[in-house]
Amino acid sequence: MNTAADIENTGFEQELAQHIITALNMDMNPAEIDPLAPLHGDDGLGIDSIDVLEISLMITKQYGVQLRSDDANNARIFASLRNLANHVQQYRIK
Amino acid sequence: MPSIPLLKYRQPESVFAWQDGNAISTQRFLTDVVSLAELLPARSHILNLCNDRYRFLVGFSAALLRGQISLLPPNQTPDLLNRLKQHYADLYCLTDAADYRGPLETLHFPDLSRQALPPTSIPEIPARQIAAIVFTSGSTGNPMPNEKSWGSLTRSVTAEAQRLSILGRGNLTLLGTVPPQHMYGFESTALIALQAGVILHAAKPFFPADIGAVLNEIPGPRALVTTPVHLRALVASDVDLPELELIVCATAPLTRELAMQAVTRFGAPLQEIYGFTEAGQIASRYTASTDVWQTLDGLSLRQEEGVIYVSGGHVVGALPFSDVAELHSDTTFLLHGRTADLINIAGKRTSLASLNHHLNAIDGVLDGVFFMPEEHGGNTVRLAAFVVAPDLDTREILTALRLRVDPAFLPRPIYKVDALPRNATGKLPRASLATLLQQYKGAT
Repeated sequence: MNTAADIENTGFEQELAQHIITALNMDMNPAEIDPLAPLHGDDGLGIDSIDVLEISLMITKQYGVQLRSDDANNARIFASLRNLANHVQQYRIK
Repeated sequence: MPSIPLLKYRQPESVFAWQDGNAISTQRFLTDVVSLAELLPARSHILNLCNDRYRFLVGFSAALLRGQISLLPPNQTPDLLNRLKQHYADLYCLTDAADYRGPLETLHFPDLSRQALPPTSIPEIPARQIAAIVFTSGSTGNPMPNEKSWGSLTRSVTAEAQRLSILGRGNLTLLGTVPPQHMYGFESTALIALQAGVILHAAKPFFPADIGAVLNEIPGPRALVTTPVHLRALVASDVDLPELELIVCATAPLTRELAMQAVTRFGAPLQEIYGFTEAGQIASRYTASTDVWQTLDGLSLRQEEGVIYVSGGHVVGALPFSDVAELHSDTTFLLHGRTADLINIAGKRTSLASLNHHLNAIDGVLDGVFFMPEEHGGNTVRLAAFVVAPDLDTREILTALRLRVDPAFLPRPIYKVDALPRNATGKLPRASLATLLQQYKGAT
């Protein structure tokens, strides 16, 4: 069931996806990123640790969120675009 | 045969390392080394994958005591580990990751905390003993070994510590953002703690906020050993760092601009280190104020028929530079870019020849070539690849490459083409590939 919050969230996922694509210089458009697919690994976007650092910079710049790797949720945060979007929405100060 | 002690500039009770907020004494370190040495299997080669820098150094030192050689490969892809296994039949792996599964026989780092602390003397290691083999990527996919003796390694890090003015600085903690499994981190965060008497930090923080948090936990003077990639992230973040005594940077060329930003922002001198696998580290410079590299003490340079050789100090024989350089004197030089075949992304090195070999070895790839675009701006430049493979899609090609190539070198993107622009002699001129890239980029 789609609630108003879900639809708004999907809009934010698209915005975040566009920022990721720009930050990583990727040749694709936001709609091509499956919001539930893993961001790294063989099946998803295939990002690596340098990309993760780039994404963290972008997120700090755009939303004021500092990522931490000892955050117990870190693996979960990067598990998918949706998880990352939820994390940023929860802690954003911009 | 002359020997060199495992540790220098240390008292038994002095702090040897910080691990998870706890101080580890020199005496504890020696006990851990001797205890682990007794538990290692009787083999001649070890792959030390410990993530925790303290456990890595205990593992390396224990192997040294047992006369075992630590292998430092450029990556840990399944293909490479299998190749190493073919060459070093008795190779085993030491890990501190509980869930590690790999193709090698595995020893999990044991709990040594119950071992008693009897007075332990500092072990002496023969200077000629081979302590490590560092690999470069060969053009046939097989890594090329470079043997490093204990004597050469200790001379190298002692010269580095002298250059950084930290020799015998028992209260200074070095925090590294690089793994100890590659030459730079191996020397500048691990071996330097053994030979220069500085304090090792077990952590390897990643995000700027992590680096800030760990630095803030360190009591007393601290130095950061890092790379341009991490430094750029730190400068761009708004993380506050405590006072730093020194920043050390290596692995990829650092721009004057970024060096100046780091020095201004963190108020610490920054020394950049230059080296290559065959020779190890050979020179340093204060990048914020000069382009000129100064060789480490004991090394000298000479030029013969356009090739620059380095010799003396820890360097065995005379070794040719792999990068394009301009000699200013027998101890100073300028670098003019890396040699075309060498690829360096975020501190990981390989060669185009090696990457092309792996690409063309994939079933279904008829022809293929990697291409390194010109660097632009501050972003990390990634490789592109052109592939003739009518029956494969780009995802299948990527999956096959992933087994053989470090993720940093995976092409982004892969362009499927009908044919490569080979000239009459079958070669692929760089200009033709640059044109091809422009055409494809323009088309999307």
